[in-house]
Amino acid sequence: MRRLPKKDIVIVGLGWAGSIVARQLAETGLDILCLERGPWRDTARDFNISTVTDELRFDKRQALMVQPAQAGITVRNTVSETALPMRQWGSFHPGNGVGGAGLHWAGITWRFTPEIFRQRSHLVERYGESAIPAELTVQDWGLTYDELEPHYDAFDKLAGVSGRAGNLKGEIREGGNPFEGPRQNDYPLPPMVQTHGPKLFAKAAAELGYHPFPSPSALPSEPYTNSLGLKMGPCTYCGFCTNYGCANYSKASALICVVPWLLLQPNIEIRVNSEVVRIEKDGTGRRATGVVYLDGAGEELFQPADLVAVCGFQLENVRLMLLSGVGQPYDPATGTGVTGRNYAYQTPNSVTGFFENVAFNPFIGSGAAGGALDDLNNDNFDHAGLGFFGGGSTRVIPIGGAPISQRHVPSGTPRWGAKWKEETTRWYQATMSVGCEASSFSTPGNYLSLDPTYKDRIGRPLLRMTFDWPENDRRMSQHVVSKCTDIVRAMGAKHWEPAPIKGAWNTSPYQSSHVVGGFVMGADPSTSATNKYLQSWDVPNLFVVGAQAFPQNPGYNPTGTVCALAGWAGAAIRDLYLKSPGPLAPT
Amino acid sequence: MTHAFSPISVAAGFAALILSVPTASAQQTYERFGFAQTERGRYIAILGDCAACHTAPGGAPLAGGLRFETPVGAIISSNITPDRENGIGKMTLKEFDAAMREGIGQGGKRLYPAMPYPAFSNMTDEDIADLYAWIMAQQPAPAQINSNELKFPFDIRTGMIAWNMINFKPDAFKPDPAQSAEWNRGGYIVEGPGHCGACHSGKTITMGDKSSEHLTGAIIENWVAPNITGDAEAGLGAWEEQDIIAYLKTGANRFDIASGGMMDVIRHSSRMWTDGDLKAVAVYLKSQPGRSGKPLAAALPETDMRMQAGARIYKDRCSACHFDNGEGYPGLFPSLAGAGSVNAEEPTSVLHVVLAGSRAVATPAAPTGPAMPSLGWALSDNDIANVVTYVRNAFGNTAAPVSTEQVATARAALQP
Repeated sequence: MRRLPKKDIVIVGLGWAGSIVARQLAETGLDILCLERGPWRDTARDFNISTVTDELRFDKRQALMVQPAQAGITVRNTVSETALPMRQWGSFHPGNGVGGAGLHWAGITWRFTPEIFRQRSHLVERYGESAIPAELTVQDWGLTYDELEPHYDAFDKLAGVSGRAGNLKGEIREGGNPFEGPRQNDYPLPPMVQTHGPKLFAKAAAELGYHPFPSPSALPSEPYTNSLGLKMGPCTYCGFCTNYGCANYSKASALICVVPWLLLQPNIEIRVNSEVVRIEKDGTGRRATGVVYLDGAGEELFQPADLVAVCGFQLENVRLMLLSGVGQPYDPATGTGVTGRNYAYQTPNSVTGFFENVAFNPFIGSGAAGGALDDLNNDNFDHAGLGFFGGGSTRVIPIGGAPISQRHVPSGTPRWGAKWKEETTRWYQATMSVGCEASSFSTPGNYLSLDPTYKDRIGRPLLRMTFDWPENDRRMSQHVVSKCTDIVRAMGAKHWEPAPIKGAWNTSPYQSSHVVGGFVMGADPSTSATNKYLQSWDVPNLFVVGAQAFPQNPGYNPTGTVCALAGWAGAAIRDLYLKSPGPLAPT
Repeated sequence: MTHAFSPISVAAGFAALILSVPTASAQQTYERFGFAQTERGRYIAILGDCAACHTAPGGAPLAGGLRFETPVGAIISSNITPDRENGIGKMTLKEFDAAMREGIGQGGKRLYPAMPYPAFSNMTDEDIADLYAWIMAQQPAPAQINSNELKFPFDIRTGMIAWNMINFKPDAFKPDPAQSAEWNRGGYIVEGPGHCGACHSGKTITMGDKSSEHLTGAIIENWVAPNITGDAEAGLGAWEEQDIIAYLKTGANRFDIASGGMMDVIRHSSRMWTDGDLKAVAVYLKSQPGRSGKPLAAALPETDMRMQAGARIYKDRCSACHFDNGEGYPGLFPSLAGAGSVNAEEPTSVLHVVLAGSRAVATPAAPTGPAMPSLGWALSDNDIANVVTYVRNAFGNTAAPVSTEQVATARAALQP
């Protein structure tokens, strides 16, 4: 294997996390290499305004996602089953190429609330130790909201986030989210325009005593120049965000918010089509010596480095740790080991309302413009006696009227033929969904491991996912869906169809790409793989950045927190580790 | 990469020098020049943008090798490092001066005016000497550059004698005592080392500069190098001095972002000019008279069928970025309202951008480097004629309509 000239720092993956870490380290002057598995992406070339709304190419054929033939996974619901490979993405959509999954995200940009970071402590304080169900491995994150807040703030200014602050330095403000943690600054841009559906939702929710507010959005409501001097165009509400790139420099992504700046830094090099296959360690096993990667020609190369920051998508981050022998693999039989432990997902809930005498104009939409409320999320309502913990962010966000997918018809409608056409026409303008993106608690039985049977094209085991909905989350789902049904009714729907989670987790329908955990952060090395700086407990010159650090998933989209954690970890490397290389937290 | 040279100015610049027989040995080492002179020379090299043409992508600085495809053959820029065998290490100051200001290389060989010696003839003795000092202090690179691949008769260098008789009068820039020192400094840069007219001045049939079209724009490699006079309609009339300064310093201002050949000028040259020189150039350009006497076309009425069709295409394909009012967003989406490239007599640039797309320069001060997607595949010649006609006659613009045939010709010219 050819050994390349050494770099000071290697960053694996150039999506949101990798680009933000690179940005944080750029001014150290160190020699930094970013390795990206997928291709270069370019707005004008790849998201040409005359091709970008190709639903067949981007949504149905998943053009921006990593192909399962390159990095697939196997899935099963329980340890008693034999996992089988996913040959087409369904439930979630891992990304590929410069920008990563953050290219085809929707743009909903939450901050997690202070209690989330001390999830176990909070529940114990309020409900007592005995109230926590045995099936949940709920735990604290090891860092606080206050520590992370400056990096949330920095991300707001990097991504041009639109919204209205509900808690500005402790002052609760009308029209924002009253449940959010204190923000040092308001959003850099005002909220996006609310279309008819979200307006109806906000009115109904307020009448029911809830506290609606405009969904926080990384689709700029106005032209914006970000904190790196990079320009973003205003969102046009074209309705093609989720699973699409953005043609007019609107939807925030690493591609338009960070990478152009990185390209001007003389000490940063980017290599695309470079798939890292493992982290190399020295004889002690406690020091990473670099990474092995396949270049675009398929040659295996060793890239030595003093520090490695793994910043890929959650699934691949965990797999790389398992393949590289970083941390003890989790064993569900004994509950020991940390690598693969505490995998969690996001519980999807919705209620679709069918209305009369209304034209919602669903073709005016975006991934994040709409209304939301947090009354049904977190511990914002008393869970005593309810038999579950958690909840979700509830919202109406019309994402667009794409011609293939957006054809809501009442259940029982034929799936083809004249009646289907008639119902499609009838309901296209008259359907609106209230969604609730809800929490997913970790359990001892949900985890990630290497598959014993299925291998990728170069002989590496695939990642195996073992997951089913915990009983806690099933109860939560029933609860929030009943509340969402009340809202849909109050909005004036004539007919509604609640969709709580039912049966075993199914990989087929898209639910969300909010896969989390598996290499989690924390204060206790027996239940976490990294310390609160996302530094591996076992290999101190290795940092692992991404949603795999979440010990469980709250009821929010994860990207805002992934990006804040990337800023936090990058700052920790720059300000703490480089000054005194070694473990940053006591074991 | 686009290189801003007129078709004949294809020529090899210093290529002649490396082919010529060395004259009497001249022991040139940089030690004799001293720091102050080489530093002055470094800045002259920046003003003259030597690196843009004499450095190949990934190649050693000033070692030449950049290839220019032209209608009359290919030409490759020469190695101007002080390498004694393959560069210009054996040249005396006098020989260097003759090349720079007279277009005569070693042994009397004639240089092609791609090397803009007509402009450089305006340079002072001191600046030539300083530039020589700096070049001789650079690291020699052994790159051996093959000369031009021009077709007959352009490969015969003595042809340049006749060209020079018609087009070239060596003449130092004469300061105008009636103008400010700033104006005179700007004039010296524009007419001398900056060689702006090499691209921005109209050309005669023999490709010499046309004095009546000084800085009023020209067509270069399927782009319009726009009118950069102070002319209110066709030139930079709407641009304040600060706009010109921002454009040259950062690549972007409130109206436009540099693309095409200007990207190289900004990247290698003007973004590193002193603030004083940027201001001086702005003052000088604003003072230049425009193309007087050419009546503007009247805007087509909205009822014109081409305007009706074009407006609809604009709404679908263009308005998301350039907005309904054509004003765009500074630094990201160039304004179409009042834009020189849109209103130019020849629609060359606007057709180029619509058909093939375009990428803007990224600089530390304006790092975005946005790009316009190619719409050539999605729109027919007729559609493009209509939408470009609309853009040239909406938002206060007034320019001649564009025909389907013009689009077809432009499309053919852009085929690789």
